Amino acid sequence: MWKAAGVTLGTAALAAGIAFAQGSAPEPQRTITDPQSGRHFATPETLAIQDDDFQNPAMLWAEEGELAWNRAEGTEGKSCASCHNDATQTMRGVRARMPGYHPRLQRVVTLEQQINICRTEHMGAPALPIDSRPLNAMTTFVALQSRGMPVNVDISGPARSAFDAGERFYNTRRGQLDMRCGSCHEDNFGRSLRADLLSQGMTNGFPTYRLKEQRVISLQFRLQGCVNDVRGEPPPMAGEDFTNLEFYLAWRAQGLPVESPSVRR
Amino acid sequence: MAAPIGQPRVRIPAQARAGEVIEIRTLISHIMETGQRRDQAGAIIPRDIIKRFEAKFDGQLVFAMDLASAISANPYIAFPFKVEKAGTFEFTWINDAGEERKATNDIKLA
Repeated sequence: MWKAAGVTLGTAALAAGIAFAQGSAPEPQRTITDPQSGRHFATPETLAIQDDDFQNPAMLWAEEGELAWNRAEGTEGKSCASCHNDATQTMRGVRARMPGYHPRLQRVVTLEQQINICRTEHMGAPALPIDSRPLNAMTTFVALQSRGMPVNVDISGPARSAFDAGERFYNTRRGQLDMRCGSCHEDNFGRSLRADLLSQGMTNGFPTYRLKEQRVISLQFRLQGCVNDVRGEPPPMAGEDFTNLEFYLAWRAQGLPVESPSVRR
Repeated sequence: MAAPIGQPRVRIPAQARAGEVIEIRTLISHIMETGQRRDQAGAIIPRDIIKRFEAKFDGQLVFAMDLASAISANPYIAFPFKVEKAGTFEFTWINDAGEERKATNDIKLA
């Protein structure tokens, strides 16, 4: 018996050793295997606003983004449409696969960052401040083109190290309350946190119109709120920490339909 | 310095039967600053809201609303209207500084 168990363990260790030597990290396993969108935890009143495209205030941002899409800016005299033409065709599916690995920059970039890369490198226009109204308007407009499509980010190959860093951030306890992201969103979803219902923290609805802020917010603005709530010091928006985390969070929500722009309390 | 009043959105049916009650829906982008908040230096941020909404049909006032500081940003206003004849709606949003934003929509009889 002892010997048999020892052989089995030895084989498993050997197999793991080979996998490590070949550099092919084992396939990550999701803690929540059947994710539920944040709408599952929202009140019917909130969803009534989201599901009515006229009443959903985020559509004001989407309309601003659509106007900006066709407006030339910067020294090159180009608009988004100069390269990407009709957003309803070319931007379809983009939100579903972002954040993604940028081969030339050799790092993962979010949709916001990609828009600013386009502006600075191709339009000769200044980067828009992160989480500003014009940038959120553009991301809302672009994200809208992927509505209903399943989230599908690619974590393979060179993107894997960013994914692993995001996973580490997610699982690191922080703040005076000494909580990890999963303390709320994996261990306690569906339970009340004061007057609100804890969600699984799925990101498929961002950018989202947050009723508390009375505006469209980006995901990384919300992440800062989360870290503040556990009385930690949040890293800057658009920095490496939150970008890796956003990448990991997208993978957690893999398969959920893009709901942008959602409405949340 | 009052914040700009954004582009209004209005939705009404293009046509209706005489006697039919339709729903008129409006949404406008505005910050609706309450006048209760303070900035980072502790100074009160002055109130800046849409204070009045008016709807006229062929020049006659058919619906009006006085808004207060507790109303959310980007106010959504919807109201029923009994259609008797074809005509033109004119919607007006007025902010604290007295600036106006207008939208007009035609309705035909089916």
